[in-house]
Amino acid sequence: MSNSNHVRYLDQVSSRPLVRHLVYSGSVIFFFGIILIPPILGIVLKWNTIGQIFQSSELMSRASSAIYASFAIALLVSLLDLVAGLPLAWFVARGKSKWLNIIDTLADLPFIIPTVTLGYSLWLYWSEPGGVSQFFGGNPFVSKGWLLIALLHFAFSYPAVVRVIVGALLDYKVVYEEAARTLGAAPLTADRTVTLPILKSSLIAAFTLAFARSLSETGATVMVAGAFENGVVFIKNTRDAGQEGPMVFVSFVLILTASLIYLGIRLLGPRFKMPVKRVWPFVERKLSDFKVRTVRDSFTTLVFFAFVLVPSLFIVFPIVSALSNGTLNQAVVGVGVWQGYWQSLLLSYFVATMVTALNILMSLPMAVLIARNRWGATASTTLDVLTNIPMIVPSIALGASMSIFWRNFAFIPEIALIIFAHLSITYPYFVRAMVAAIERVTNDLEEASRTLGARPFTVFRTIILPLTKYSLFAGTIMMFARSVDETGATLAVVTRLKTVPVLLVDWVKGTTTPLASPMDIALGAGVLVLFSFIILLVLRLVVRGRY
Amino acid sequence: MVNVSKRFGKKIVAVDNVSLQVYDKEYFALLGPSGCGKTTLLRIIAGLVELDEGEVYIDNKLVNKLPPEDRSIGFVFQTYALFPHMDVWDNVTYGPRVKALEEKKSEGIGREMLEMVRLYERQDAFPHELSGGMMQRVALSRALAAGAKLLLLDEPLGALDAKIRFELRYDLRRLVKDLGLTAIHVTHDQGEAMAISDRIAVMKKGKILQVGTPQELYTNPQHIFVANFIGENNFLEGNIVKTSDEKIQIELRGGLIVSGSDTSRKEGERVVLAVRPETFTIEKGHKKRTNSLFGVVERLRYEGTNIRYEVRLENEDVVVVVRPSLVEEWFNAGDRVTVSFPSEKSYVFTYPSRGLREELAVE
Repeated sequence: MSNSNHVRYLDQVSSRPLVRHLVYSGSVIFFFGIILIPPILGIVLKWNTIGQIFQSSELMSRASSAIYASFAIALLVSLLDLVAGLPLAWFVARGKSKWLNIIDTLADLPFIIPTVTLGYSLWLYWSEPGGVSQFFGGNPFVSKGWLLIALLHFAFSYPAVVRVIVGALLDYKVVYEEAARTLGAAPLTADRTVTLPILKSSLIAAFTLAFARSLSETGATVMVAGAFENGVVFIKNTRDAGQEGPMVFVSFVLILTASLIYLGIRLLGPRFKMPVKRVWPFVERKLSDFKVRTVRDSFTTLVFFAFVLVPSLFIVFPIVSALSNGTLNQAVVGVGVWQGYWQSLLLSYFVATMVTALNILMSLPMAVLIARNRWGATASTTLDVLTNIPMIVPSIALGASMSIFWRNFAFIPEIALIIFAHLSITYPYFVRAMVAAIERVTNDLEEASRTLGARPFTVFRTIILPLTKYSLFAGTIMMFARSVDETGATLAVVTRLKTVPVLLVDWVKGTTTPLASPMDIALGAGVLVLFSFIILLVLRLVVRGRY
Repeated sequence: MVNVSKRFGKKIVAVDNVSLQVYDKEYFALLGPSGCGKTTLLRIIAGLVELDEGEVYIDNKLVNKLPPEDRSIGFVFQTYALFPHMDVWDNVTYGPRVKALEEKKSEGIGREMLEMVRLYERQDAFPHELSGGMMQRVALSRALAAGAKLLLLDEPLGALDAKIRFELRYDLRRLVKDLGLTAIHVTHDQGEAMAISDRIAVMKKGKILQVGTPQELYTNPQHIFVANFIGENNFLEGNIVKTSDEKIQIELRGGLIVSGSDTSRKEGERVVLAVRPETFTIEKGHKKRTNSLFGVVERLRYEGTNIRYEVRLENEDVVVVVRPSLVEEWFNAGDRVTVSFPSEKSYVFTYPSRGLREELAVE
């Protein structure tokens, strides 16, 4: 059959209710069968091993401290990200200088650098003699441990917070602020009592995003943790030590608690009222002064540079050294530690491609199901909440429990396990992006198309897809990048195969033979960034060109 | 306002060297088509937009450098801009609160304003629970509660349906007059402006074409655009063929001769003669009258109070004639008629250099 015949055939079959039902059911079965239920069943299957942790007070103490540390760091970092990110987002969204475009772009950089690279860069910046430490006698300014983890999580969640708030500010109707000003409110009073409350849902979304990212981050956290253990480090350590019970226990607690916190935020967040009745006109007028604002904006930018941008890009220095001291030659030829690097790189991009393609195919019907309430509002809301859970749950916990489940099926190769793990992690990103995009396409456009004779599949490809193409494109990029970057779940499922982030973690921890030098690590991380950038650029050009 | 100008980018001149004075306690309208700069001018007065040139004085004080919160103005937005997260009470008392008035005083003002607009019982409602007319009244009472003496209204009735708009326009004026305020009301609806304003400024493409009372603008338009925008007019192209101290003779298309009263014109000048539809008289048959034109009724429309005729003249120009329906005989389509008008009730304008259609266009 030719392409147009294929399309015609699909158009025709899409009219049949049974076919539509099968498509939607298929996507729901995929979600439950591959994404949601395996991790739950994995925990259930190994529930009897949890007793191990209760038999050892030392293990129990370690586990409790690790869990507590995960949530404490996530909470601290999310609040700090909000406090530091909000002024920068305001500055970027409302400022008038042309330099702000540059700052806006730079604020995204940590977002696109793979976290394992970010982790190494931050470690060089804060701990190694070549970084900040050189101003303090060469001793590590910040040693490996909880503070370095917090600095890392702050840096890599910061762009997410800024992006969400900038988007909200740009969408926000300035007329409300103008109204407040014409009623006599100083700019700060107007911002605090009018703008921020209206943007509340975006602030909650930004906080939740930062919280989830901090909770979930594994690869770079393992690199900089040292002897300190938070939840994800504990899971990795116990997995490496073959201690299944503690691993399952902590995974279970992290998954459950994270899910409950997410539900809590979703239910209680909208009810949270910001204090708007009290005003301090004199003080707020003074704080609205141009000089005060300039100082605030300068300080905000300084924090961004000192704690986010420079640490994220610090790896450039060793990369430059590596280019000229022979490391590059070794890399190209594949000598020493570089023997496995290129295979790992290929594996990473193969997995990312498979995951992206599968997710698009299986999650688009789910997105339509949720956005259009095809099975009713209750089912939509339930599915909407459930599809977000993999995003809030620590990826290593998800990976560990998935691995327990899938290993019961010996015929499933390890590469499939990696793909399943990556599918779980990346699935919510695409679904969320597409649900939001489809909801913005008003129903009457679809209805108009149907009254003109278009069948459901035609409506989908001629109305919905073209009108959501940028979200499709953005969702695809996010999924691909997230899969390439994914470390935690991959660490949990692999035994032989190594994706590049996993390999880099091993290089940093010195568990490879031969050992990787700092130049090797820097160059390896740099190559990952470069390849990711090129592929994303190509993807962007290809997708944009088609549309 | 003195020589106020505002540009957006290099090409768009939103306000072009506007000078205007609004008197104390006056209800003043800025009237013009969409995009003429009236809202920009209002926002410049409010301090929401920075002007590029000129000066703005409020109560004889130069306010160019003052931010909106320090100009003591009340602003009613076209979309009302009621704070969605606050109920009616909090919206209305916002102004007194941010100015740190005593709580009791704020409450007193809030109550007074809400009672004035008959919404005190709805003080706990949120904006999304109110109808359009109610939102407009809350927006108005919020602006008034802030205590300003200058009220700026940006198409305050624009978002309402026709009937409510008609009713509320008079409430608006009454409220402003009762409180002794000065109001500047932006609108594109000439009926609205004429009904409630003491004076009106007609704007086009960033410039003020004419300022006057509604009667002055209607009976003595100084610009052809004003003649078209305020009320309705028939426009007939012609040339001045004879002038004298008392009258001028205009030759219309097809050689039809009529007289006009603008004796400042010169022979040979290309002009446009404007005659309002209600100024024409219409009789059956061929009658010799002053300024009589012969033609055939092409179409008529019954409008209740009036009948509206479209008459095709001998030179193929079409004029609209409006006559009271109850007191006069009716004509039918196809009837041969004579239409005539007094020259003193017509207007003569120089033919626009950009063409008549372009000059009369509202966009």
